[in-house]
Amino acid sequence: MTDAALTPGATSGPRARFDSEAWVMRGGIAIAGIFLIVAVILPLYAMLSKSFEDKDGAFVGLTNYATYFDTPSLSYSISNSLTVSIVATVIVISLAFAYAYAITRTCMPFKGFFRLVALVPILAPSLLPGISFIYMFGKKGFMRDLLLGEPIYGFIGIVLGSSFWTFPHALLIMITALSLSDARLYEAAEALRASRLRTFFTVTLPGAKYGVISAIFVVFTLVITDFGVPKVIGGQYSVLATDIYKQVIGQQNFQMGAVVSVMLLIPAVLAFGVDRLVQRRQVALLSARAVPYEPKPARGRDIGALVFCTVMAGMLLLVLGVAAYASLVKFWPYNLELGLTHYNFEIMDGGGWGAWFNSMKLAALTALIGTTMIFTVAYLVEKGQGARFGRVVIQAMAMVPLAVPGMVLGLAYIFFFNNPSNPLNGIYATLAILVLSTVAHFYTVAHLTAVTALKQIDGEFESVSSSLKVPFWITFRRVTVPVCQPALFSMAVYLFMNAMTTVSAVVFLYSPDTNLASVAVMNMDDAGDIAPAAAMAMMIVYTNLTVVLIYGVVSRVVEKRTQAWRRR
Amino acid sequence: MSASAPYLRLQGVSKSFGSFTALQDIALDVNEGEFVCFLGPSGCGKTTLLRIIAGLEIQSAGQITQAEVDISNLPPSQRDFGIVFQSYALFPNLTVNKNVAYGLDNTGSAREATSNRVEELLALVGLPDQGDKYPAQLSGGQQQRVALARALAMSPGLLLLDEPLSALDAKVRGHLRHEIKSLQRRLGVTTIMVTHDQEEALTMADRIVVMDHGVVEQVGSPLEIYREPVSPFVANFIGTMNQLPCEVNGAGGVKLGALSLACQDHKIQSGAPAILAIRPEDVIPHGAGARSPGAPDVIESPGNAFDARIEDMEFLGSFFRAELSCEALGESHLLADFSINAVRRMGLETGKDLTVELPADRVRIFSSGAV
Repeated sequence: MTDAALTPGATSGPRARFDSEAWVMRGGIAIAGIFLIVAVILPLYAMLSKSFEDKDGAFVGLTNYATYFDTPSLSYSISNSLTVSIVATVIVISLAFAYAYAITRTCMPFKGFFRLVALVPILAPSLLPGISFIYMFGKKGFMRDLLLGEPIYGFIGIVLGSSFWTFPHALLIMITALSLSDARLYEAAEALRASRLRTFFTVTLPGAKYGVISAIFVVFTLVITDFGVPKVIGGQYSVLATDIYKQVIGQQNFQMGAVVSVMLLIPAVLAFGVDRLVQRRQVALLSARAVPYEPKPARGRDIGALVFCTVMAGMLLLVLGVAAYASLVKFWPYNLELGLTHYNFEIMDGGGWGAWFNSMKLAALTALIGTTMIFTVAYLVEKGQGARFGRVVIQAMAMVPLAVPGMVLGLAYIFFFNNPSNPLNGIYATLAILVLSTVAHFYTVAHLTAVTALKQIDGEFESVSSSLKVPFWITFRRVTVPVCQPALFSMAVYLFMNAMTTVSAVVFLYSPDTNLASVAVMNMDDAGDIAPAAAMAMMIVYTNLTVVLIYGVVSRVVEKRTQAWRRR
Repeated sequence: MSASAPYLRLQGVSKSFGSFTALQDIALDVNEGEFVCFLGPSGCGKTTLLRIIAGLEIQSAGQITQAEVDISNLPPSQRDFGIVFQSYALFPNLTVNKNVAYGLDNTGSAREATSNRVEELLALVGLPDQGDKYPAQLSGGQQQRVALARALAMSPGLLLLDEPLSALDAKVRGHLRHEIKSLQRRLGVTTIMVTHDQEEALTMADRIVVMDHGVVEQVGSPLEIYREPVSPFVANFIGTMNQLPCEVNGAGGVKLGALSLACQDHKIQSGAPAILAIRPEDVIPHGAGARSPGAPDVIESPGNAFDARIEDMEFLGSFFRAELSCEALGESHLLADFSINAVRRMGLETGKDLTVELPADRVRIFSSGAV
C-alpha cells in the first residue's frame, strides 16, 4: 500500500480484497502496537527528554549530564556498579558452570534434588539475601568472623547477595547449554585418544560456548540493574540503581534521576545488544540425528561433584533458612525463642497484611492479563497475515523491555503517566499502573516463551482454516490456545512470581492504598524493623512456593488428560 | 459448463519477491474434473503457484478465473477449494471426527447432518472406525487420509494437494497414489497436485504441467510429456534421456560424430549445432553381425544402426542399463536399457560388441540454444 502511495501513478498490482477477517487481524495488530507504544516506548521517551530539561521543563541540552559528571559522589557510582557487576558475574558464572556440569555430565546421585534446591532463590525477592547476610555477617551476625573484620555493608554484601539471587538464572541457561551435546563427538574424541582435559577444551566448552556467553550477559544485566540487594546491604557503597532512588525519592530531583537512569540504561542496552549479536551467530550444533550424551561413572569426578553441589546447595539453603529462622525468633540474638510475633505486620509501618493482599492481587492480575495480552500479541506477530511492517515493529518493541532496568521503567512511568496532560493520568497511583508496569517490565521473556511455543505448531493451521471458511479467531480458540497450554501456564507462573518479588519498577509507583509486600520488606528494613522485613520476605517465598506446587499438580493433571494427543 | 470455458483459468500470472521472480507470466487452463500435476524441481515455483490459486499468496500480476468468476483478489476464505498440505496440518488436540467436521461446525448445519457427513467422508477415505482417535494415534498414511477427508468435507469445487505423499514411506505412497486417483475419479473433483516426484505425476495426472525457474516448460498428458518432451530440461527431468551433441543435417536427419542418422521432424536450420536425445529403453540391441546381409536379426532402419561396445553394465532389477561406446561417437557414451530376456538371449556382457539401432521415430532433436 505504501509503495503505491509513494509512487504516484504507479500501476498497483492485484491485492487481496479485505474481508472482515483481515480487518479484525489488522485491528488486533494495531491495538497490540498501540499497547506497546504506550506501555514501553512513550514512557521511555518521556524519561529521555526529562534528562535534557531543567526543573521548569525547559530544554537545557546536556547541562544535567555535565552536572552529573562534575559531581564525583554521583559519577563514582558508575565504576562501583561496573565493579560489583563484573565481580559477581565472574563468581556466579564459574559456580553455575561447575554446578550445571555436575548435574548434566557426571553420575553423581540426587541430581533432581540439587537441581530443585538451586532454583530456590527465584522464589525470593532480591531483598531477602541482603537481610539474611546481615543476620549472618552483620554486627551481631553469627558468622561475622569469617569476614576478618571487613563490614558486610557495601561491596562484599552486594556481591554476595547478587550472587545468591542470580545463581538460578545462570544455572538454567548453563544446564540447557550443557545438556545439548552430541555423544558422537565424545566417541570420536575417545577414538582419537584425546585426553579428558583436551576433550573438555575441544568438545565440551565450544559446545556450551553460546550458553556461557548468554549467561554472562544475563547475570551482568541482572546485577547492574538490581535495586533490592544494594538497597538493603549496600551501606555507603552507592550504585546506579540506588542513586536513582535517592535522587527521586530522597531529593525529589527528577531530572538527575533521569540522567542516572540513562547511565544505567546504557550498559543494560549494550549487554543486550552484544548478546543478541552473539546469539545470531550461533548455528545449530545439534542435528536431528545427534545422539544424546550419557555420562559414564567416574568415581573421583562423581564424588567431587557431589561434594561441590552439597556445599553449594547447603549455602543456598542456609541463606534462605537464616531468613526463615530470623523471622520466627523473638529477639535476635538475645531471645531465640520461636514465635509468630514478627508476622503481626499490622503494628508495623509498610502496609501490614494489606500489602501482602495487594501483592497477591497484583501478581494474579499480572499473570492473567499479562499472559492473555502477551500471548495474543505473540500470536498476531507470529501467525498474522498482512501488515508485515506492523508485525516487524511490534516484534522489535516486544524485545525492548528486556534491556530496560526496572528502576528506569518505573521512573519513566512517573514522567509519562503523572503528567496532567496525559489522558491516562487517571491510572496513576492505582493498582492499574502497577499491573501495566509489571506486565511491561517482564514482557520480553514471556513473549519469547509464547513465540517459541507458536513456532512449534504447524504453520498451515491458519491456511487450512481459511480454506474451510473458519475465521482465524475460532482456530485460535479451538486449536492454538489448547495446543500452547503448557507455555501459557509457564508464562503465567513466571509473571506471577516476578510480580510478587519485584521491587524496582513498582517502588516508584505504589501509593498508600496500593502498598506491596516487596516494598513493605524494603520499608520495614529501612525503618530498622529487620525481623518483620524477613518475615514479609518469607511470606513472599511461601506464596511463590505454593503457586509453584499448584502449578506442578495442575500441569500434571492436564498432562494426563491431554496425553492422548500430545506426543511424548 | 460450456466446452469453451475451462473450470480454472490462469492468465499472465506472475509473482516476484523483491528482485526474485518466482513465477513469470503463467497461463494455464484446467478443465472440470481434471487431475493436473505441477511437476518440477524444488524452487521452480510450483508451490507458489498452488498457493496463489488458493489465495494464500497474492500474485504480483495476472488474473485467475474459477467457474467463470474472477477470484484474483479474493481472500482464501471466499474462494472455493479444499487443501491438503505436506504436513497434513491436522489439529492435534481434536479427534479425527472433529478435524473432519471443523469446517462444517462453522456453517451452522445440524449436528446430525454433520456427523452423518463425517461418517460418510471417513468411509470414503477408508477409515470408517477411527473417528474418536487423535491424529497422533494414527499412522502417517491414515493421517493423510484424514487430511483428505477434511479437505473434501465442504464439497469444494477444487482440490489442492501440496506434495501430499512426500512424507510417507515408499510402500504406503504407492498404495495411496492409487487410492487418491480413484477417489478423485469417483468424485470428479477438479484437482491440482504439486509434486517433485515424476513417478507420482506420471501415474496420477491426466495432465502434467512441467515447471522450471518460474515458467511452464510443457503441458501435456503423461505419455506426451514422456515421449515428446519439448526441451532438454523436460526430457532430463522425466525419465532418463541420452543427450548427445550433434549437427543438423536436413529436415529429418542429423550428423552424430561420423554417423548420419534419420530422426523425428524438426524445424532447426540445417548445419546448426543441436542435441540428439533418445531414451535408453528405445535403443534396440542386435547381434554383432546383424548388419551383414542375410543375418537372422532384422533391422528396421539399417541407416540408424551402428556397432558399439558394452563398457559397463548395471543390474537394475527388471533390466540392465548398459553404457555403450562407439568409435563414431568419440568421447560420449550412450546409455541403453536391455531387458533381462535380451541380455540372456544375446549373451550381453561387459566388453562385448554388438549392433544397436536408434529407431528414427524415437530420436528427438533439440536446438542447443534451448539448454
